[in-house]
Amino acid sequence: MPPTALAASTPETAAPPLVGLRGVSKRYANGTLAVQGLDLEIGAGSFVSLLGPSGCGKSTVLRMIAGLTPPSAGRIDWPRGTPRLGFVFQEPTLMPWQRALDNVALPLKLARMARAERHARARRMLELVGLADFAGSYPRELSGGMRMRVSIARALVTEPELLLLDEPFAALDEITRFRLNNDLLRLWGERRFTAVFVTHSVFESVYLSQRVAVMAAHPGRLHAELPVEAPGARDEAFRTSPDYAALCRTVSTALEGAMAA
Amino acid sequence: MREGARILGLPLAAWPRILAPLLMATLLLGGWEIAVRHLGLPPYVLPGPVAIGGALAADLPTLASALAVTLRVTALALVAAVTTGVGLSLLFSGSRLMEMTFLPLAVMLQVTPIVAIAPLIIIWVDNVQAALLICAWIVAFFPILSNTTAGLNGTDRNLADLFRLYGASRWQTLWQLRLPWAMPFFLAGLRISGGLSLIGAVVAEFVAGAGGTGSGLAYRILEAGYQLQIPRMFAALALISLAGVVIFLALSLVSHLALRRWHESAVGKEH
Ligand SMILES: Nc1ncnc2c1ncn2[C@@H]1O[C@H](COP(=O)(O)OP(=O)(O)OP(=O)(O)O)[C@@H](O)[C@H]1O
Ligand SMILES: [Mg+2]
Repeated sequence: MPPTALAASTPETAAPPLVGLRGVSKRYANGTLAVQGLDLEIGAGSFVSLLGPSGCGKSTVLRMIAGLTPPSAGRIDWPRGTPRLGFVFQEPTLMPWQRALDNVALPLKLARMARAERHARARRMLELVGLADFAGSYPRELSGGMRMRVSIARALVTEPELLLLDEPFAALDEITRFRLNNDLLRLWGERRFTAVFVTHSVFESVYLSQRVAVMAAHPGRLHAELPVEAPGARDEAFRTSPDYAALCRTVSTALEGAMAA
Repeated sequence: MREGARILGLPLAAWPRILAPLLMATLLLGGWEIAVRHLGLPPYVLPGPVAIGGALAADLPTLASALAVTLRVTALALVAAVTTGVGLSLLFSGSRLMEMTFLPLAVMLQVTPIVAIAPLIIIWVDNVQAALLICAWIVAFFPILSNTTAGLNGTDRNLADLFRLYGASRWQTLWQLRLPWAMPFFLAGLRISGGLSLIGAVVAEFVAGAGGTGSGLAYRILEAGYQLQIPRMFAALALISLAGVVIFLALSLVSHLALRRWHESAVGKEH
């Protein structure tokens, strides 16, 4: 895809991006080249999906953006300064010895916020994800989907400017996944954070994002960047529309290309 | 849990857990008594439960104070095992070098039979009580050390990343993540160590053979053996087993109370 067309279709790239990855590579200590020469810009307030086959380095890219692992080559630029981060892992990753409320409040507690204040904020976040009545429940008393929502509430409680999500709904059934997709879009609409969403589902990437970055494996690299031009609301009507089907087909073709490359 | 019929305040479903072992014990003791009477065994070969009960009642003051002495060593050894076991595992998990240096020593202490070391310790340490305590501690501390170390080093990687992401200090990570994570491991070790410190105390008492007023149950067993007072020997033995069972149950209860809300091991099977 020529860069001009991309710039025209995605106005988010006109302003300085929130984060820019320039020639980023990652070689792990055991010699695995997980990511090679990745260039990627993520505009403030945008919703970008990283799509690719298993093992193509999606999690690695996300962990490098989060600063959890350093790139072995290249740069990660933050032209607007480093934002507050939220991270949602593939598993809910909750502390089993803490109630939902305290799990959500964890980032605030680590920042040494006073107890009353952090509980009030955590409670608001639980309301936002529809779990107000389960503040006192322990993780093992919640269903898989509810645990994931607690995890999302915890990621949002610091009011992050950049939310990183690593296949957060991969382990859930389709009905729950659709509902959480809608929840996530609603929250994104309300709070206008920037979202980087890792997935290996074409349908999910198209439904959620404004732009899909398709990655190829061995070594992990960028194969294509596709804008998702769907100005209307993302809802169940969109999910069944011919536009959606056409967009999915385009992305699917790009993914097949990436798998063959 | 669904509310069902209750007898004496206990749900119906809980009764078999109490009644089944009681029934088993009754049958066993009854069969034993009948066999002893039927075969006409003299009490110095095998006393029946009734004779043992009689000896227990008759010698209760002596036996009870001997039990108290043994239990005191046991409890002190367990406290020492918890302190040193947890302390060392914190040290090990903080530094690989420390672990490489001291773990072999701990393993050596663990694998050498206590009966073989006890005579040396009793020779080296003047104070008999202190020598007994050291022996019981050697037997008891290893399960706590190895379990707690495993727990401290096994923290979920994603949770550790999460703490890092939110800028947690080492101290916060230790208190709010690694120690709670290690808790079930520690408690499993504690339950094993409770029984082991009793065994260690009794074995050391046997080796020391210390008599006098401050002597423990093992010495009472030896003494009764010399005097051919076999029912009393059995009575002392019964007290030791009973103490072991009580220690195990008490530590299981502690473990259950500590983990009941969050850990699968503390959740009943019917849930
Ligand atoms: N800590 C690590 N040490 C060594 N190699 C690693 C490590 N983490 C990942 N890798 C390797 O890097 C490559 C990319 O892994 P990564 O987890 O980023 O893939 P992914 O795209 O997220 O895959 P999936 O969709 O299955 O989660 C893989 O070949 C993997 O084996
Ligand atoms: Mg991954």
